[in-house]
Amino acid sequence: MNIKTFSIGGIHPEENKLTHEALTQVAALPKQAIFPLSQHIGAPAVPVVQKGDKVKVGTMIADAGGFVSAPIFSSVSGTVFKVDSAIDATGYRKPAIIINVEGDEWEESIDRSDKLETVKAHPELTPEEIVNRVKIAGVTGMGGAGFPTFIKLTPPPTAKAECVIINAVECEPYITADFRLMMEKADEILVGLELLMIAAKVTTGYIGIETNKPAAIELLTKKCAEAFADTNYHVEVVPLKQRYPQGGEKQLVDAVIQRQVPAPPAIPVNVGAIVQNVGTAYAVYEAVMKHKPLFERYTTVTGKRLLNPGNFLVRMGTPMQDLIDACGGMPEGDNKLLAGGPMMGKALTSTEVPICKGTNSVTILSDDEARRKESQPCIRCAKCVSACPMGLEPYLLAKISEVKNWERAEREDIVSCIECGSCQFTCPAHRPLLDNIRQGKATVMGIIRSRAAKK
Amino acid sequence: MGKLIVSLSPHAHGNDSVERNMYGVIIALMPALLVSFYFFGLGSVVVTATSVAACVFFEWAISKYILKQQRNTVLDGSAILTGLLLAFNLPSNLPVWIIIIGALFAIGVAKMTFGGLGNNLFNPALVGRAALLVAFPAQMTTWPKVGQLGSYLDAETGATPLAVMKEAIKSGDPMVLNDLPSSLNLFLGNHPDGAGAMGEICALALIIGLIFMLWRKIITWHIPVSIIATVFVCAALLHMANPVYADPVSVILSGGLMLGAIFMATDYVTSPMTPKGQLIYGVAIGLLTVIIRNWGAYPEGMSFAILIMNAFTPLINNYVKPKRFGEVPAKK
Repeated sequence: MNIKTFSIGGIHPEENKLTHEALTQVAALPKQAIFPLSQHIGAPAVPVVQKGDKVKVGTMIADAGGFVSAPIFSSVSGTVFKVDSAIDATGYRKPAIIINVEGDEWEESIDRSDKLETVKAHPELTPEEIVNRVKIAGVTGMGGAGFPTFIKLTPPPTAKAECVIINAVECEPYITADFRLMMEKADEILVGLELLMIAAKVTTGYIGIETNKPAAIELLTKKCAEAFADTNYHVEVVPLKQRYPQGGEKQLVDAVIQRQVPAPPAIPVNVGAIVQNVGTAYAVYEAVMKHKPLFERYTTVTGKRLLNPGNFLVRMGTPMQDLIDACGGMPEGDNKLLAGGPMMGKALTSTEVPICKGTNSVTILSDDEARRKESQPCIRCAKCVSACPMGLEPYLLAKISEVKNWERAEREDIVSCIECGSCQFTCPAHRPLLDNIRQGKATVMGIIRSRAAKK
Repeated sequence: MGKLIVSLSPHAHGNDSVERNMYGVIIALMPALLVSFYFFGLGSVVVTATSVAACVFFEWAISKYILKQQRNTVLDGSAILTGLLLAFNLPSNLPVWIIIIGALFAIGVAKMTFGGLGNNLFNPALVGRAALLVAFPAQMTTWPKVGQLGSYLDAETGATPLAVMKEAIKSGDPMVLNDLPSSLNLFLGNHPDGAGAMGEICALALIIGLIFMLWRKIITWHIPVSIIATVFVCAALLHMANPVYADPVSVILSGGLMLGAIFMATDYVTSPMTPKGQLIYGVAIGLLTVIIRNWGAYPEGMSFAILIMNAFTPLINNYVKPKRFGEVPAKK
């Protein structure tokens, strides 16, 4: 069989899936939980609690701060210690709510049973109802970017959704949280997919999984056949050839249904696809069927020098230090602590940064892996051009960003860059290509926005 | 606890390096180098050693004393590579002092003047060769015959296959072409009367190098294949039109075509950055080679064709863009 993949560029980073076989453990409750108000793309959430307020697990502590925003719920029970600021993944102190943990008392509205709820048993679930429950549960994209899920489910009137694609690619090295979730919660994920299809008013669904996860492909193929046998849904598990950045939304759509999303501002639904991470599908199931807001997630804690790397079901707000300690503590010497994987993860300045909605992994790189090599002159080998999955010329974009030629940068489509890092990964001269491109892209996007505002 | 290291993503690297690529090309040149030792013996050893040593010396000296670079580029392998490629383009009976002048032109003029590795417009080894060809036309156009293992400056010279082809065109007599070695001998380099530059004598050894470089993903197929295919097609058409033009198989196996297409035109720094651009570049080199070989003053046009197209590389890079992801064809 011809195994599908995306059509342009791509690389093969070393897998390093150390925790592939490690069953998910429930992480211990933290002593203090930290909830940054900006855990998603869009406006920060607005606090609705004050110092001294008592909260339960599942109590809303901050409401959506605008249309593109999402509410935040407490993952612990206890007392609000302060509404202040804390260092988040950006390295800056940002507004956050800090809660002292006392006991583990849940909101009564949450269904804590393990019983699998099916769509058949819930005829009240109209598309509008599902979207609303997803919205009020604060569900955002669980793959990292953190776009509010309900917005994706209500596409602009100019676009028509034709299918839902579940992103179960997990092409980032090291991370195995999605894989473990699939192995342990397959039925729930499929109900989640059904809910997403109802909400998007489509009957076609795909689950894209890379071939390095044969167990997940086999399990979900079997479960799909059972779950959707006598329905009018067409759901298919699509095995994908291992290649980074296949988990990028545009690459995944290209790989699964062979349609290319045009340059920004176009989004996948412009070619008929709604892409949701497999973790999001699970969160949607819990939000809709169990009335459980988004406050815990599957996260991989990993690193070659970590004593006991593992997969955890973590309450959000748990400081990373707690998880690192649970895995045997930080390795000796200088390390690089990442929220996410080595390709797109953010290097953190503090181990007290909490797990947020989008934190799929805590990755610790040690020794040589943690450091960049000295950069050399560009030898114009063109390997970055071959590696770029967006068909751009990274060497050129980096150069014109360096000399601040913003007009040329815009002409060369710098805003199409998805910041996947394939160019820099490939560069034999170890040039900081993406550093420069990122700066150029941000500047050009600013110029485009201010031009639009003037009109 | 140690420090936390912070930098922007990506935090992983594919472990490719400038050195890996440069030394990879050098390894790919080894079959051809061994063949040149086998056919040209002592002369070939002296010319190669001189050329490599001189190139490395000039790179080191200019980097250290003139450009005052903090990181001396002499160990990255690019100077060794230029030295080898320059030697491959020379006759094996060339005096040492001429080779040194060639190396000075290659490294000093063509490469370091522009700022060193990555900044030169023209292929350094070919600039070295072109400079010598202009300055020492007699020495640079007489080629030793193969099989004189013990000789260097005193080697007996002979007619190269390309000279035979040129003679056929000049005289208008296709019978002249009967002096050409068979295609198999051209492919193996195994022809007793054969003569030529050191590195170009055996197409097989060069093709082994090509396969190695493709396998190690050092280069892509676009440039070598487009050059060879263009020359082959043009030669076939000319041969059909008029038998004074040699048959296409002999044409692509003769002279510096394989060496140029596989190792010189594919030089990273001086060739275009996009696959489409590389195809345009390759086809243009092929056409220019055919024109110079058949109707120009010199029997071999490969090196000039590459140098001319080097000059067009920035222009090609400026106008030929890769197909963007999701690009919608412009509406008419």
